[in-house]
Amino acid sequence: MAAVAGIYKWELLKLRAQKRTYLGLGAAMVVPIIFVTALAVKGNGGPNDIPLGRYIRETGLATPFVVLFFMSIWAFPLITALVAGDIVSSESHNGTLKTILTRSRERGQIFVGKVLAAVTYTVAAVVAMAVVGTIAGTIEWGFKPLISLSGTHVSASHGLGLLAASVGVYVLPLIGIAAFGLLLSTVTQNSAASVVGTLMFALLMQLLDVVPGTESIRPYLLSVQFSAWHGFLRVPADWAPVVRAIWVCALYAFVPLAAAYLVFLRRDVTGE
Amino acid sequence: MTDAAPVAARALVKRYGKLVAVDNVDLTVERGDVFGYLGPNGAGKTTSLRMLLGLIRPTSGESRLFGCDPLADGAKALRGVAGFVEGPRFYPYLSGRRNLRLLADLDGDGAKSRIEEVLELVELRDRADDKVGGYSHGMRQRLGIASSLLRAPRLLLLDEPTTGLDPAGMRDMRALVKRLAAEGITILLSSHLLAEVEELCNRVAIIRSGRIVYEGTLVDLKATAASSYRLRTTDPERARAVCVAQNGIGDVVVEESDLRFTSDEETVATLSLALGQAGIGITALVPETASLEELFLGLTEGEEPRALAEEAAA
Repeated sequence: MAAVAGIYKWELLKLRAQKRTYLGLGAAMVVPIIFVTALAVKGNGGPNDIPLGRYIRETGLATPFVVLFFMSIWAFPLITALVAGDIVSSESHNGTLKTILTRSRERGQIFVGKVLAAVTYTVAAVVAMAVVGTIAGTIEWGFKPLISLSGTHVSASHGLGLLAASVGVYVLPLIGIAAFGLLLSTVTQNSAASVVGTLMFALLMQLLDVVPGTESIRPYLLSVQFSAWHGFLRVPADWAPVVRAIWVCALYAFVPLAAAYLVFLRRDVTGE
Repeated sequence: MTDAAPVAARALVKRYGKLVAVDNVDLTVERGDVFGYLGPNGAGKTTSLRMLLGLIRPTSGESRLFGCDPLADGAKALRGVAGFVEGPRFYPYLSGRRNLRLLADLDGDGAKSRIEEVLELVELRDRADDKVGGYSHGMRQRLGIASSLLRAPRLLLLDEPTTGLDPAGMRDMRALVKRLAAEGITILLSSHLLAEVEELCNRVAIIRSGRIVYEGTLVDLKATAASSYRLRTTDPERARAVCVAQNGIGDVVVEESDLRFTSDEETVATLSLALGQAGIGITALVPETASLEELFLGLTEGEEPRALAEEAAA
């Protein structure tokens, strides 16, 4: 356990020393600022067709929820893929896998450390967006009560709690995407291929969500779970989508991670 | 920990599809050895070392480090073992010192307390806070040694540690290896340079196309070469007859007024007496052993690898 904690710590320090980390986190923070600025400049109207969109000017608290929706299409999958698709293959690229695998830590421990670091980064990106979005929205439209999806008023402080819970379920499908990225990263040992492949995977899920004939599998698509947080914003709360998101995403995360783990354990470390 | 040999590889085979990179390699490195693993580039040295360290899985055969199997025992098998294959690699975006801190954390066992000491030893202290991305090849090589020494190893595996270094760098690296060996660290050093191995190592294994063609000391290797002798006498015709008649003398050829044959010292002594009794005067009897370089090239470049390993063992 202490061994994994040490590896995890260094994986985070390595992420901190790499540009792509800031690229992802930076994007997650810039998007809500651009969004709020654009609406502020426009002066009226808003994204009326999406959940909470019509209340965007009522309270700053609506901003992070609306941006969560926009960024689920490709921005967060890409931000997630940027690190998850790179975290194993960059070791191959740098030739450092042999360096860390000839010390006193097991391959499995190294792998777990990397998974935890990739997940931490993904969560950090969503949290950063939520925080910046809330602040930016509050500056423009104030910290006022939120109107729930059921039309009821929710106090601002309670709304903040709902935001935290929403972020909590929102990261689940991202963890599924991260798991897929880690698998590609482990198998292909190529960062670019893994990042692009992971994004393709996320987009394919959305495609399946809209083409005719997929109705029966739609509730189990990864992309659909990005809306699970809507359950929290109903009165009373609807737990069904949340519970489904938990087990569906757990499956999407477990299968590729288990495969990647086995590959990583048995992999021949060759090349420079 | 028992007194198992630091390195004991048995019948190691690594196949990549049809290519046999390592073919039935046996290696034993005893405590205190500075063992040279000698062979031309691409002969399978690095692949063997990777198997020893558990980085790649042998197709068949097994390797043991102090009696532990890196495949079965994982990182525990590397206790007391350090080294690198194919040039040490580090995180280019971290400084030398941070790279060592990271690795020391993965080592545990008080490795952290040795960081400054090993940086000093490889003379990298001044540059330790610069990013490794800006290091020269020689500096990385030295950082590789430093990172290995963090583990306070009893066995050090070094893959061509002087490759790519300038002459001064090579000299320093060899001096360092000697110094570490003098401190009692067992060293397995791969090299394609005979002179390097001759200078540093007490025992060698020579590999060619994935097969060990010789294992033993360089002195023994020299002795295995069938010694050839040049003989000049007052009567070449009769001397030739005496030589041919003598047991233990082979390949007698006439070269102008000299005879050339292969034999060993004892037989040659008997021959000189026989020549004397036959009334033939010896004007010259000179041993002409092949140089180590010639032996090495013969082993690694000839058409068919000769089974010198068996001869040496006999």
